[in-house]
Amino acid sequence: MIRKQGLAYSGGMADEMFKALADPTRRKILDELTERSGQTLFEICARLVNKHGISMSRQAISQHLAVLEDAGLVESRREGRQKFHTMNPAPLRHITERWIEPTEQESSP
Amino acid sequence: MRININSVFVDSQVKALDFYTNVLGFVKKHDVPLGEPGDENRWLTVVSPENPEGAELLLEPAGHPAVGPYREALVSDGIPATQFAVDDVRAEYERLQGLGVRFTQGPLEMGPVTTAVLDDTCGNLIQIIQEG
Repeated sequence: MIRKQGLAYSGGMADEMFKALADPTRRKILDELTERSGQTLFEICARLVNKHGISMSRQAISQHLAVLEDAGLVESRREGRQKFHTMNPAPLRHITERWIEPTEQESSP
Repeated sequence: MRININSVFVDSQVKALDFYTNVLGFVKKHDVPLGEPGDENRWLTVVSPENPEGAELLLEPAGHPAVGPYREALVSDGIPATQFAVDDVRAEYERLQGLGVRFTQGPLEMGPVTTAVLDDTCGNLIQIIQEG
C-alpha cells in the first residue's frame, strides 16, 4: 500500500510539495496545524502574528494555504459555516521512502 | 469623544436577547420599538453587569441584503464580529460549553493574552479575551 502511494506521489506532486515546504511562513503554518488540528483562517493568522511575529494580510496567508493544499499537505473541510484546516503529513512519506528508507528502486524525478 | 455603542447584526432580536443575557450574562439596557406599529425591530442594547454605565452592545436586525454575504464570508474564515473581555478564558470556555455553546477556536495562549472564539447562534462569531 505504502509503496503504491509512493509511486503515485512521484512527479509533479512531489515538486508541489518541495515548493510548498521551501517557504518559512508555510512551514510555520504546518507547525501550528500540528499543534492543534482544525483551525480557521482567523486562528492561523492570530497564531502567526502573536507567536511568530508574522504579520501578513489574511489574503496572503490564504494564498499560502492554497499552495499547501495543492501540495496535499493541508486539507480543509466545512463544518457548519466554518472552514477548518488540518495538516496531512502523508505526502512527507515520499521523503522517507526516497532517501531514508528506500525499499526498491524508485523512478522519482 | 467616547465609544458608547458597538453593534452586531443578529438574525433574530428575540433569540439574540436570550443568548446575550441568559447565556453570556449581559443585562438589557435599552429596548425601544422602531418604525411603524407592527414592525418588530427594536433599538435593543445590552451592557455588562460589571459596567452598566459602560459601552452598550446594540443587537441590530440583520435585515439589510448586504449583511448576509458580509457575515457569511467573515464567519467562513472564522473572523469574529467583536470581542469581549473576561477574567478567565478557560473558565468561561468550560462554563459556556456546559451551556451548549459551540466554539470555533478553543482557548489559545499567545504570550500575554488568551483568546477563544464562540458562535453566538445569531449569525456571528465572538472572541473572548483575557489579558495578563
